[in-house]
Amino acid sequence: MSKIDSDSHGKNKQPGKKGFSRRSFLGGLGIGGGAVATLPTGLLVESQAAAAPAMGPGPIPVALRINGKVHNLNIEPRVTLLDALRNHLDMTGAKKVCDRATCGACTVIVAGRPVYSCSMLAVEAQGKDIQTIEGLAPSGKLHPVSAAFVENDAQQCGFCTPGFVMAVKAFVDRHPNPTMDQVKKGLGGNLCRCGTYIGVRQAALDAARQMKGGKNA
Amino acid sequence: MPSKYDWPAEGKRSLIGKRISRLDGPDKASGRARYAYDTNRPGGLVAKLLCSPHAHAKITRIDTSEAERAPGVRAVKVMAPAGTEVQWQGFEIAAVAADTEELAQDGVRKIKVEYEILPHLVKEEDVSKAANMIKPSAEETKGNPDSGFSEADAVHEGYYGINTITHCCLESHGQVAEWNGDNCTLYASTQALGRIGGDLAKVLGAEPATANIKPANIRVITEYMGGGFGSKFSIDKWGIVCAQFSKQTGKPVKLMLDRDQELLMAGMRPSDYAKIKLGAKKDGTITAWQHESWSTGGPGGGGAPPIPYVFTEIPNQRKRHIAVSTHTGPARAWRAPNHPQAAALTMCAMDDLAAKLNMNPLDFFIKNLPLTARGDVYKAELLKGAELMDWKTKWHPRGQGGNGYLKRGVGLSLHTWGGRAHDSDCRIVINSDGSVQAQLGSQDLGTGTRTVIGIVAAETLGIPLSGVQVQIGDSNYPPSGASGGSTTVGGVSSSTRRASVKALDKLFEAVAPSLGTTADKLVARDGRIHVEGDPSKSLTWKAACAKLGTKSISEIGRQPARDEGNLNDNGVGGIQMAEVEVDTETGIVSVKKMVAVQDCGLIIDVKTAESQCYGAMIMGVCAALYEERIFDQQTGTMLNADMEFYKLSGIADVGDMVVHMMTGVYDGRGVIGLGEPPAISPPAAISNAVANAIGVRVPTIPLTPDKVLAALEKGGRA
Repeated sequence: MSKIDSDSHGKNKQPGKKGFSRRSFLGGLGIGGGAVATLPTGLLVESQAAAAPAMGPGPIPVALRINGKVHNLNIEPRVTLLDALRNHLDMTGAKKVCDRATCGACTVIVAGRPVYSCSMLAVEAQGKDIQTIEGLAPSGKLHPVSAAFVENDAQQCGFCTPGFVMAVKAFVDRHPNPTMDQVKKGLGGNLCRCGTYIGVRQAALDAARQMKGGKNA
Repeated sequence: MPSKYDWPAEGKRSLIGKRISRLDGPDKASGRARYAYDTNRPGGLVAKLLCSPHAHAKITRIDTSEAERAPGVRAVKVMAPAGTEVQWQGFEIAAVAADTEELAQDGVRKIKVEYEILPHLVKEEDVSKAANMIKPSAEETKGNPDSGFSEADAVHEGYYGINTITHCCLESHGQVAEWNGDNCTLYASTQALGRIGGDLAKVLGAEPATANIKPANIRVITEYMGGGFGSKFSIDKWGIVCAQFSKQTGKPVKLMLDRDQELLMAGMRPSDYAKIKLGAKKDGTITAWQHESWSTGGPGGGGAPPIPYVFTEIPNQRKRHIAVSTHTGPARAWRAPNHPQAAALTMCAMDDLAAKLNMNPLDFFIKNLPLTARGDVYKAELLKGAELMDWKTKWHPRGQGGNGYLKRGVGLSLHTWGGRAHDSDCRIVINSDGSVQAQLGSQDLGTGTRTVIGIVAAETLGIPLSGVQVQIGDSNYPPSGASGGSTTVGGVSSSTRRASVKALDKLFEAVAPSLGTTADKLVARDGRIHVEGDPSKSLTWKAACAKLGTKSISEIGRQPARDEGNLNDNGVGGIQMAEVEVDTETGIVSVKKMVAVQDCGLIIDVKTAESQCYGAMIMGVCAALYEERIFDQQTGTMLNADMEFYKLSGIADVGDMVVHMMTGVYDGRGVIGLGEPPAISPPAAISNAVANAIGVRVPTIPLTPDKVLAALEKGGRA
């Protein structure tokens, strides 16, 4: 399954930074996500507590720099970046689907890298530049990646689409001249149920061509 | 009889049959589209469910007192009181509404439930272990099976199966409920916005506290919805409790299923397993069919598969079926209910018989087309498909898939579906400022419904697509059927056509005097209204609408309607071919290429129609190779109620895909639904390709590596 490649373009990997996203925590233990079900949740909480100063359990101030603007929130430290965006800031472009760093519907770009926002805590995203799909086209004109999705009908129900658009954006930023093989590998971290991959592949290639030179980034 | 409502002839169509991008594409691709899950109402609460961890158990005690006192919790409701016998893991036990999602989850954890564990059955493939959970049906015969088999030159007997899978909608089931006095608005992820409000009112009306609630009190809004595939027709227990919480607390309440709940209880496709025997003459003509099948659809057992599929006219048949009840989440309609299973059983058995006869399956299937309802269509499609797949070059006798450890093969399958138009009312409004609204109480599941409506209205009114505002997704609009069974496109396109023609007639009446003519002499084209044959006598669309003065035109078009145009039909055929590569050392199958050749009458939008086929094939790859609900009979639990191990294909897991729509000659039939048909054949075609590649049949789907390796070993080809 190509999902194994989901970290191949750095999703949720923060070199030189010790985070405690669910994914990196489990990765550090050397176990797959499948063990989540059998892992006592207390273990997860304890480990997080050991890695960071005590916060909460009640709401604490959290400042997030999203699409260039700082938002001050008062939320519990256990709130994920995805839930902070969706439930506290009404930015609902990123979707909650698997809630376990598998499907990519919640993809946002943090410090230039695509991240599964369901598996990064909001407190951990502080001090970093967070780009969401709402920030892709502030003027209202479609971003070239979004436009390529429309043109290639790379969407049906559309629930995976915003996450896919952000993954493609991050991918073409790093691969301005991608091959089809690179597209298939680089976008392996996002899943679609309606079956829009044929359109998404072409949209990624088209968007890269459109964005060449970084004029539209 | 020709009618003014008939579709415009080919050559006179400016939008219908072209490749047009979906109208809501920009909103979806920019994240602006708001789904039920995205609905944040001021002061809203979040509700979460407590579900049974056991497959079969009796609730002996339930205590919610601690949950009721938990911080932020506003309401708790027991959905399965003590004494309830839960029949599957994921069965709804109780719900909690709280100020935030996290606090609701905390509240759920504080509910104490005691269960008396009862015996369970969660696996059905080995029917000998199903004991008292089976319900055999009577034997059904047609012709004389025994003499049919004795006439045959070759008889094949085999075992085939296809497992249960889930719908796994990316937007989980759920809704937001908000009351204003006795009126409730439901923002729901549903395929049936015209139905679930009435269903909710019926339940509420039966309870003393809400006895005055009528269907008219419930408004359902579904602007966008994130996938249903047949699983979202019902108000469901979670919809009812959500509305009750909102009524009780006076606040909007959102309740969306968690992913594990979605996979455990919100949708599954029944299985089908069968021992099949069939015989044919030397020339390939099938003479007899016999099967014993069994299946589960959860607690209700599983219905008999419609086999032999497509080749229904096999002269001599004997059929028996056993329904197996299991303690697993109940079945819901799954894109083309029963057909993918029937195709897998039938086409794989036929393919094996062809191999036994040393026949190329393409010739074998064509030989037997007289046993189908639309042989000419299938033949044209098979020949087209063979050309697009390069079947002649790629097909080889079994066991000749290459010398190395990577083996290649091709396989095919045929399918059919109805796709008749559902009931639909459309209101077309033409305003004096030239604006046009098309209003239907329909919903766009991502199939392109919104776009189809816009295309039909704009085509009929002779204005650009951008000149029509399509207003759907609200039960306040004229009623249109639930979106299921490929019935929507025929329904909405027909009602929109009729409403548009009627509205245009009214506009013609209003402007005819100023053009010095009568309404029957006018035509609308290219954004103008002009006298037929004299384009110099014309008005722009805007100028024409200005003649309405302070009035608007508002016309309803209906489907069905008697004698009002040959707009839609029922019944299609399609074929698919797959090419696979099998790694005989690891057992991994990869789909290299698929070809779909599909008839669906008149196509309104070629672009979204092709997307339906691409999507259906990709969903089919998931089902053929990856998807399975993995149950542990010891504990009765599903081991992979998550998306990490309930596997869907990723972007690299699907090969090249070719779609060919049979346009032109079939246009005269009118519009026929397309959502289901291309989703039927993929598992069968892929299984047949694997058999062609490795020389042995992998009996059951999904074709996971362990099963491929086992089949190779059993066949002496490991």
